[in-house]
Amino acid sequence: MKTGELIALLSNDAPAARGGRFAPRLLAAAVIGAAVSLGVLVAWLGMRPMHEAMRSGSFWMKAGYTSLLAASGLFVTVRLARPGGSIGAALWIAAAAVAWLATMAGMETMRTPDGGMAHLWLGWTWQVCPFRILALSLPVLVGALLALRRMAPTQPALTGAMAGLFAGAVGATVYGLYCRETAAAFVVVWYSAGVAACAALGAAVGARLLRW
Amino acid sequence: MSDPETVLKALMLRGLDGDAKAHGELLGVLARHLRAFFARRLGGAAADAEDLVQETLLAIHLKRETFDTVQPFTPWAYAIARYKMLDHFRRQGVRRAVPLEDAGVLIASETAEEGAARRDLERLLGDLPARQRALVEDVKLTGHSIEEAATRQGMTPGAAKVAIHRSLQRLARKVRE
Repeated sequence: MKTGELIALLSNDAPAARGGRFAPRLLAAAVIGAAVSLGVLVAWLGMRPMHEAMRSGSFWMKAGYTSLLAASGLFVTVRLARPGGSIGAALWIAAAAVAWLATMAGMETMRTPDGGMAHLWLGWTWQVCPFRILALSLPVLVGALLALRRMAPTQPALTGAMAGLFAGAVGATVYGLYCRETAAAFVVVWYSAGVAACAALGAAVGARLLRW
Repeated sequence: MSDPETVLKALMLRGLDGDAKAHGELLGVLARHLRAFFARRLGGAAADAEDLVQETLLAIHLKRETFDTVQPFTPWAYAIARYKMLDHFRRQGVRRAVPLEDAGVLIASETAEEGAARRDLERLLGDLPARQRALVEDVKLTGHSIEEAATRQGMTPGAAKVAIHRSLQRLARKVRE
């Protein structure tokens, strides 16, 4: 087939195609994914009583941290979804969130007597926390990657990683509705580990699935 | 209006509004720029260059929704061309660095004379169902509009449009194998 013939063929397939706005599509996929995660959480672990959670500072600390990570991942993913898109400044939001929580963890460490150090960093649930977060992130990751398949990221692995950061952070936010750990030190290590695992998975899957 | 970016972006916007003629014109101008662009970067492999021209045109067409209409057009098209070139090297098992250049290099020169393609898109469409294949042939070779071609194949125009679009998506997948 000559190139001229191909062009004739292509120009016959040209319906109006304005408004390929991607952010709403990605958000919609994430909302559906998060609803599935929430359903899994309720069926699997149950939620902690909300009236109690709302009055605890640690609940808001966790929700704030994971929301900032999610926002950062979302902004970056939206940029990378289009040809030529670069990471941009939004990844600094995630960096700032980690720095903030690490500072809080440092302050906790100074207040804690030597004997309490292990518990501060390991809590009650360090062995299961990252895996649960990863599991709860999967529905969001699937939704985000499917939405991205309709876009055209020119850096598939990086885009997958950022979608994984977003999905992992949403999964971690959902997990915060169950988790009773209170220490910033715990969250900055084990929550972050779960989110990072999801980002790594996103990179590995994205490198294959997001090619076009 | 002689600045290529201005011309290309105007054509792109009209194409996205459903102006098939503008879309065809855009692809025609882009083909000349892409041909010069790939020829310079692939050295002597003229047939590979024409293959890449076709592959990139197909990608630009199928991904046209991802163009952000408030952004300039050239960087978007350049990013797709570069991505397809990297993909081409990767498939050939060549490890070759492709420096990130200023997007302007894409529209810096043009080559009108069409090289022969190495890969025959026709052959890749060979396993389409007979009616879809006939439809593509009709639109491509005889220059029939989709409406006319649909009537000739006894399909509704809507079904014919979907069939053509699916054929093109399938073509893009096959090209990458």
